[in-house]
Amino acid sequence: MSFEPKIIGFLCNWCAYTAADLAGISRLKYPDNIRIIRVMCTGRIEPSFVLKAFASGADGVLVAGCHPGGCHYQEGNYKAYKRTLLLKKLLPQFGIASERFRLEFIASSEGEKFARVVGEMVGQLKILGPLQTAAVRIAELDGLFGEAEGGTGGGR
Amino acid sequence: MADKLKFAFYWNASCGGCEVAVLDINEKILDVAAIADILLWPVAVDFKKHHIEVLPDKHIDVSFMNGGIRTSEQKEMAELLRRKSKTIVAFGACAYLGGIPSLANFHNREAIFQRAYIETPSTDNPGGVFPQVKTHVPEGEVELPLFFNHVYRLDQVIPVDYFLPGCPPTPAMVAAAVTAIADGNLPPAGTVFGGPSTVCDSCKRVKQEKKVKGFHRIHEIIPDPERCMLEQGIVCAGSATRDGCGTRCLNANMPCRGCFGPADGVADQGAKLLSTLSTVVDSNDLREIEKMIDQIVDPAGYLYRFGTASSLLKHKLASEEKSAHPATGRSQLEVAK
Repeated sequence: MSFEPKIIGFLCNWCAYTAADLAGISRLKYPDNIRIIRVMCTGRIEPSFVLKAFASGADGVLVAGCHPGGCHYQEGNYKAYKRTLLLKKLLPQFGIASERFRLEFIASSEGEKFARVVGEMVGQLKILGPLQTAAVRIAELDGLFGEAEGGTGGGR
Repeated sequence: MADKLKFAFYWNASCGGCEVAVLDINEKILDVAAIADILLWPVAVDFKKHHIEVLPDKHIDVSFMNGGIRTSEQKEMAELLRRKSKTIVAFGACAYLGGIPSLANFHNREAIFQRAYIETPSTDNPGGVFPQVKTHVPEGEVELPLFFNHVYRLDQVIPVDYFLPGCPPTPAMVAAAVTAIADGNLPPAGTVFGGPSTVCDSCKRVKQEKKVKGFHRIHEIIPDPERCMLEQGIVCAGSATRDGCGTRCLNANMPCRGCFGPADGVADQGAKLLSTLSTVVDSNDLREIEKMIDQIVDPAGYLYRFGTASSLLKHKLASEEKSAHPATGRSQLEVAK
C-alpha cells in the first residue's frame, strides 16, 4: 500500500475554515489526508501544538488563516507568521524538513486555494515519506524508553 | 548514631558544578554532617559501589543525584541507588531536565564519536580507534560502559521523588530541601522545589511594552541594568522559566538562560519561549518580520539549552531530512505576495 501522510490542519474560524467549508460545498476534490482542527484564530496556535502534532505521529502540519490585513482580530495572523518563521528554523535542527510545516493565508472565498494547498502538501509529504515520531525514534536509539516514558512528575 | 539520617550523593552526566553547589551552603554543610551520615559521595568521600551493594534495600534515606543519564554505568548506578534509597532527589537541571549534556540529543552517537575521536584538531587517531564496550587484550577482556545514543533525564530511567531545578540549584534551595528532609516536612512526591510562577514574575526590572525592532546576542551590547532584557532585544528565557532562583543572572545583568525549566503546567519550555520571542517582533511587514526572526541564530540552542531531553521532540531524527528548498520560509512569503 502506498504511504498516505497524516496532516494536522489548524484552520482559523473566520477564513481558512470557511474556505475548507467552501471547498466542500463547491464539491472540489482534494486528498482526505488532512485532519482539521478549528481554532478561533491562528494567533491562538501555540508552537507546542505543532511540536506535539509531530511528536504524536503527524507527517505534516498546516496552519492556515486570514490574509495579512484581514485578521478578524487585527493581527493574530501576524503573530502566527512570526512564530511560523522561527519554528521553520527550529524544525530542521531536529532533522525535520521545513516543508512538513506550512503556513498559508487563505481567505474565506478561496476554497480552491485550500484544496490546492492540501494537494500540494500531500504530494510533498509523499516524497519525504513518513516522519518517525519521537517515541519510535528513541525506542530505536537505545530501547531504554517505554517503561519510564513521560517521567514521574516534575510538573511536566 | 543509629538515628542519624543516611544520605548519598551521586553524579551522572554532569559538569561537577552541582557537587560544588552542595558545598555552597557553606557552614550549613556542618549541620548536614550533624544530622546525616554520608554513605556515598564519590567527589568527597571514599565509599565505593560495593559498599552500597551490600546495604539492605531502602537503607539510605535520601539520594541526591545530579546529571542526566548518558551511559549504561550511570543507569546501573541510578537503579542501584533507587533500590537502596527511600527517596531520590533529582538534583539540578541535568537530572531534572537533561540539562546542557542533553543538547547532545541534536546529534547521535556516531556523529559524537566522529567529532570527539576523529575531527577535533587536537586529536591524533590515525587508526580510527573508537571506544568499545568490550575489548580483548592479552590479559583478558576489558569493558567500558555503553555510551547511549540519547541523554535521558533521571526520571526517564528511574522513578524520582523530588526535583531540585537550577544550574546549579541555589544554596538557599539546597538548604531548604535538606531542612525539609531533616524535619520530616516533605511536600507531596513529584514536587519541584522552586517557585510556581515564572522568572519574569520575580524579576525587578522595569517592564513596559514588549516590542523590539531587532535581536542582539549578549556579547553585542551592554544591557541597561534597569530595563527588561527582552525589551532591549536580548533573548531572555525568563518568561518561559520557573522562578525560585532569586533572579541571580538578571541581578548580574545577564539574561535568564532557562535553567529552572518550565513553569507548572507547561508542556515544552522551548515552545513557550519560541512563542514569546517571535511575538515581541514589532512589525507587521512580512519581509521585515523575516529579517528580524533571522537575527535569532541557533533557536534550538536558546530554546532547549537545559531541556532537550524534556522537549516534545526529544531527539534529532537519525537521518536528517533534506528539504527541497532551503529552510527559510521564503517560499511562503512568495505565496503570500
